Amino acid sequence: MFEIVQDILDVRTLAQTVASESDGAIATFSGIVRGTNKGKKVLFLEYEAYPEMAVKMMQRIGDEVRATWGLESLRIQHRVGRLNVGETSVVIVVSSPHRDDSFAACQYAINRLKRIVPIWKKEVFEDGEVWVEGPVETVEVS
Amino acid sequence: MKVRVRVFAALREILGKEEVEVELPEGTTVDGLWTQLVADDERLAPFTKSINFALNHDFVGKEAELSPNDEVAFLPPVSGG
Repeated sequence: MFEIVQDILDVRTLAQTVASESDGAIATFSGIVRGTNKGKKVLFLEYEAYPEMAVKMMQRIGDEVRATWGLESLRIQHRVGRLNVGETSVVIVVSSPHRDDSFAACQYAINRLKRIVPIWKKEVFEDGEVWVEGPVETVEVS
Repeated sequence: MKVRVRVFAALREILGKEEVEVELPEGTTVDGLWTQLVADDERLAPFTKSINFALNHDFVGKEAELSPNDEVAFLPPVSGG
């Protein structure tokens, strides 16, 4: 399941969907809106996605996780719209028979999401706002 | 030929819309289309060094040729998570 959503995210609910008798580990990641960035107080964030492509790229991350670790269970949900400090912007869960694979796959998935999934955030401060830009690089995904 | 252009984040705010339909000669590349958009609105120029191109929801190189009814997107460096 790979989704762009407007609603509040709940990592626990998502984790329950990947539980199985053959898996002894579930790794989860929650991305949380920080109240400061580079020393400035953040009022809230606005997230925007290219939804059709974002889902396609998240599915690709799922394919990569399957190819590398043999895991079918990766799930990602990313929220868009206005998010207040402390709210959850992204949740990732993955299960595996033993913990090493799910830890590794979960970390891989968030790192990959930050490079290839077309989502952007705008930080809104008391005295202005700025679109955050990730590293400038040519993304090569075929 | 007609193609659909979609823009996001800072680019969307500059253009004041999420998408436009443009009429182009056959064989136009995504880079050629971008150059045309920059010529029409110089506020886009600073993004030339940082954007990635997408064609029908996949990343492509700037030399990719457009076909009728394609969906092109110009993507500032992503910052999700």
